[in-house]
Amino acid sequence: MRMRYSVAMTAVLGVPSAWAADLAVKVEIPRLTVAEYHRPYTAVWIEKADQSFAANLAVWYDVKMKNNEGTKWLKDIRQWWRKSGRELQLPVDGLSGATRAPGEHALSFSGAKSPLDKLPAGDYQVVVEAAREVGGRELVRVPFTWPPTTVQSNKAKGERELGAVSVDAKP
Amino acid sequence: MTSLLLRAAPIALALAALLPLPAHAHRSWMLPSATVLSGNEPWVTVDAAVSNDLFYFDHNPLKLDGLVALAPDGSKATPENLGTGKYRSTFDLKLAHKGTYKLALVNDQLMASWKVGGENKRARGSAESLAKEIPANPQDLKITRNQSRMEVFVTSGKPSDSVLAPTNQGLELVPITHPNDLFAGGQASFRFLIDGKPAAGVEVTVIPGGVRYRDQLGEIKASTDADGKFNVQWPAAGMYWLTASHGAAPGAAGPSGTLGEPVRRASYSATLEVLPQ
Repeated sequence: MRMRYSVAMTAVLGVPSAWAADLAVKVEIPRLTVAEYHRPYTAVWIEKADQSFAANLAVWYDVKMKNNEGTKWLKDIRQWWRKSGRELQLPVDGLSGATRAPGEHALSFSGAKSPLDKLPAGDYQVVVEAAREVGGRELVRVPFTWPPTTVQSNKAKGERELGAVSVDAKP
Repeated sequence: MTSLLLRAAPIALALAALLPLPAHAHRSWMLPSATVLSGNEPWVTVDAAVSNDLFYFDHNPLKLDGLVALAPDGSKATPENLGTGKYRSTFDLKLAHKGTYKLALVNDQLMASWKVGGENKRARGSAESLAKEIPANPQDLKITRNQSRMEVFVTSGKPSDSVLAPTNQGLELVPITHPNDLFAGGQASFRFLIDGKPAAGVEVTVIPGGVRYRDQLGEIKASTDADGKFNVQWPAAGMYWLTASHGAAPGAAGPSGTLGEPVRRASYSATLEVLPQ
């Protein structure tokens, strides 16, 4: 009986489009006092617990340069480039966007839409990686469980190239 | 005196046979400006030199004869702006296609050494040219065939595998881990082949660049297993020089070889880039 119950549960979880959950990610780009400042190239993606790639959430780069020339520095978002970026033909609708100014940027993703609707149940982390021209590079990971059964709120903070990163998941 | 020399000689030769390279060998290398690239048709520029310290061009330029650039589809790409200065050679390559390119400097030549009345003579070239240069009845004639291969891999976009296929001639590295997918803290696996067959028991040396600014060479040693495989654990990001050789060490005791059947020595080196995590 118990067995049958867990099989039934798996069957329900196997139809992820039924989830109404939401994921909210806040990324703070710090204001830096440097002689030459350029907004960082930034990637936001989801990793499985073993740090393998699961899904992309956002990529911010110089999308407006002529002939897509801004893609030249995408490889500087090193870990994202290795895990996903090099597989993509950018720009990608709904994923790529212009670089962001210093400040807090809020992103929200519906569980009913791509990519979360295809995300199997499990433990994940949101990864934010920022690489700044003539500056540094930093990567921040924030864990979450999908789909959320209760309200989850997790935070981490970068030291130089990223400020606070928070991930809120609610059923 | 003579008898002492005769007795000491086999020991010295045996010791020499253990050394992968002669004590004062210079290192030959190519150094690419980047190995992992994104964007439209990126370019790489490559320095090529012979020096003691990796990767500083302070001794001799490397001759670019025998340079081959392979595009991701296996076709030949054309290096541009080739030039040779006092200390280095250089060339550029446009990565017009997505995928992995291989740059290889391949040489295959015979070397003869002999004595004329106690004086050492040497010549390099083909079997034909050497046949003309070597006098009749030379003393201590030794003929060696030196096959060497030096490689660099660069990738635009997603890494591809077709240029990694071996030619099955001489000593070749067949990556199991893609050579443009190396990162600090990671482990990479490779395989050495000799004429297309697993090269077992090959001693591999991996030296991190930046030699000038540290006291220890910091080399990593590995040796290939029965299947020709070995692993390298990357301690830090940077450029690394990997080298190995197969066959008779220079000056080693053993058969002296003939023009028809020279003593074969095959060597391989590659410059590999390891990126931060």
